Amino acid sequence: MKLFIKVERRDSTSIPLTIAVILLSLLIGFCLIAGLLAIQGIDPLFALGKIFAGSFGRIYGIGETITKGIPLILIGGGLALAFRAKFWNIGAEGQLLSGAILSTWIALNWAPHLPAVIVIPLMFLAGFLGGAVWGFFPALFKVRFGVNEVISTLMMNYIIAEFLNMLILGPWRGESRMGFPYTDSFPPSATLYQLPNSRVHLFTLILALCFAFLLFLLIYRTKFGYEVRVIGENRDAARYAGIDFFRNTIILMVISGGMAGMAGVGEVAGIHHHLTYPQMISSGYGYTGIIVAWLAKLNPLLAIISGLFLAGILVGGDAVQISLGLPAATVHVFNGILLFSLIMGDYFLLNRLLITIRRDRAEGRTGGV
Amino acid sequence: MKKILSLKMEGITKAFPGVIANRGICLSIHSGEILGLLGENGAGKTTLMNILYGLYRPDEGTILINGEPVVLNSPRDSIRMGIGMVHQHFMLIQNHTVAENITLGYKDAPFFFPLREVEKKLKGFSELYGLEVSARKAVWQLSAGEQQRVEIIKALFRGAHLLILDEPTSVLTPPETADLFEILKRMAKEGHSIIFISHKLEEILTLCNRVVVLRKGEVVGEADTREVDKVALARMMVGRDIVFDLTRKKLTPGDPVLEVDNLTVRGDRGEVAVRELSFSVCRREILGVAGISGNGQRELVEAITGLRPADSGTVRVAGRDVTNSSARLISDYGVSHVPEERIKFGVVPNIMVYENCILKRHHRPPFFRGLFLDYDAVKEHSSRILKSFKVAAPSTSVPVKNLSGGNIQKLILGRELAGEPCLLVAAHPTYGLDVGATEYIRTQLLEHRERGISVLLISEDLEEIFQLSDRIAVMFKGEFMGVIPAGEVNMEDIGLMMAGSKRLEARGK
Repeated sequence: MKLFIKVERRDSTSIPLTIAVILLSLLIGFCLIAGLLAIQGIDPLFALGKIFAGSFGRIYGIGETITKGIPLILIGGGLALAFRAKFWNIGAEGQLLSGAILSTWIALNWAPHLPAVIVIPLMFLAGFLGGAVWGFFPALFKVRFGVNEVISTLMMNYIIAEFLNMLILGPWRGESRMGFPYTDSFPPSATLYQLPNSRVHLFTLILALCFAFLLFLLIYRTKFGYEVRVIGENRDAARYAGIDFFRNTIILMVISGGMAGMAGVGEVAGIHHHLTYPQMISSGYGYTGIIVAWLAKLNPLLAIISGLFLAGILVGGDAVQISLGLPAATVHVFNGILLFSLIMGDYFLLNRLLITIRRDRAEGRTGGV
Repeated sequence: MKKILSLKMEGITKAFPGVIANRGICLSIHSGEILGLLGENGAGKTTLMNILYGLYRPDEGTILINGEPVVLNSPRDSIRMGIGMVHQHFMLIQNHTVAENITLGYKDAPFFFPLREVEKKLKGFSELYGLEVSARKAVWQLSAGEQQRVEIIKALFRGAHLLILDEPTSVLTPPETADLFEILKRMAKEGHSIIFISHKLEEILTLCNRVVVLRKGEVVGEADTREVDKVALARMMVGRDIVFDLTRKKLTPGDPVLEVDNLTVRGDRGEVAVRELSFSVCRREILGVAGISGNGQRELVEAITGLRPADSGTVRVAGRDVTNSSARLISDYGVSHVPEERIKFGVVPNIMVYENCILKRHHRPPFFRGLFLDYDAVKEHSSRILKSFKVAAPSTSVPVKNLSGGNIQKLILGRELAGEPCLLVAAHPTYGLDVGATEYIRTQLLEHRERGISVLLISEDLEEIFQLSDRIAVMFKGEFMGVIPAGEVNMEDIGLMMAGSKRLEARGK
């Protein structure tokens, strides 16, 4: 008896199949994580239980999950747009920091003299602008000189992170901070209201939900979204159809970067109330956002769900770190495994496996999976 | 390895999700025979041959070689049994030499100096079958015809006795096709069996001994080629009578719509591809541009449609200067374009049919209003195109990649004509299409000519040029060798002009 496996392309994919494949990939991912935990001598069920109890089980945990979900929803939506055009924006992390820096400038210089109604919108505008500028340059390099955007967006993350370090260690170091690398605390008019007993900054949350909906409309209902999808699916056809690759790429990266920039504003104005080390401002949201977008099948509305889901894992990861004494990087390993199994799952959405069991030489039975 | 004296496929059935590609197909071939496999696109020819080559496994049915049942699980099994296949698209490594390409996957190559052995054997094949090809040249230096010979030699090296050729002539020029047929006939004489897949009737009739006709996955006819003619074969293949002589009404052309004056365009490598070209196309007129591909046709089309900048000269459409305008502007001025390589340029395979139906017009009302696209209008528009251009699609909400080549081309043509253009630039509009779709598209072009549009037709297919054109231009090395009313020129002259050895001017005016 022999087993044969053969791969064929699927003609179409249905929604139930998509959901099933996503759930199955996540399950396989969690199994791999469980195996990893078992190797470490930790009871996997206990640890995974802790992760979800930590993030979804208690009121505080849910609050933390939402707090971390906010930047992920914003970034995930923006990345979904960029990835639609097959523009591989790996630079959301840097775009977030750029937005945080520019809005901090507003907070430090203008906020003391102005009321919150003016300062907060100004900060978000500045944050959008900061992220947009940091997204604009890789887009420009790509359309003008053909520079690979994966390299340029990634490299720009390091540039802005070091620039931020320079600011907080040098000119922007707060006078009241006794040498610690923080800026001065933002004046009250530059901070966001937090829901009681949590760090959920309501304004950014509402903003994130609104933008998820707007981006959804943008992608599926507007001329711009149509052109972006055509560019992503077939650049030659886009050229043939007179679609401006230059203009569309620039615009979409301005939006994609701007979304990440606003996430940065939420972090400094909603949580920290000052600017500090890059790794404090963002715990890798720009990279986790890639998984968020991918898990949401590049749909900004679904990114709300996948953003909260991955936020839950981040929060739960903190819980494991504390209660099980695992290293801080563990959570990133978990995320990596999940992304990996999701991408593998994609393969089975596009292709089908044919498994044949053959008993003797001339007969065969075929079953599709 | 034993020779394949006879091969039989019995009751082969193969289903894909939603479609039965082959249903109970029986087919046989014996050594020394050339069997034609004829059918429209989507009739199941390629599926059947992929089963024989071990790429697919049949759901039902058996394959017998020399009377013994065999199981072909992969191409490796098929190669071992002596079956070789030459795919429509060549599987060669462009930067390697011919000998290196052949050595790759050649099991009996010696460990030391394999190339020497390969070159020796290569020479043997060249002499035996007339398969001349230089072993030391890199593949990218070879013409399409030569590359095909390399593919055939590759199959022979692997010990193929039965050779499957999938639409081998679609990339060849007429003389190359003649050479190929000579080679195949010599191989058959030496005892090889050949299965020749095509939808071109003349080729089947000149080359093959016997022909099997497939339609919708079933065998609908089998005949000795000496006993059938084109009309009978076409009827078998399409299931109805095909008109080979389209009626072209005599019309008086109107005012010039497209005026090209002293146009010079450069190709991708900066060479002059179109050289100081001047011509015009009028209302109610089809200007056919004949010529072998690569003589500047592509650059000419791209310069007219705004996809490539012109070096010098002017292009005017309906009196307006559109030289070096953007593709969108030119399209808005009423220039439609059926591009060559339809899948690559003409559609976006992964998005829905209805979304593809507004490509190029998505930025204008009624589809784009204010902020949003009006998807109700889009869907209505696309069902109208599907209906009036007889595009066979399950619905407007399926990805275009699920349609067959003929239906995709009908969709493109429908989309391009729906905007009521003044000029249609059609590049190889029926290239690679089956008889039914070809006939349909040509009829549509003539019909729209009667309605008053002008057509610039680029084609390598001389039959098409003669059927459709009012005037014929022959392009050679970026220049027209003459623009002549269709009635005043014969095939022979066109042939000479295509080769660049004759120039003709229209008599009087």
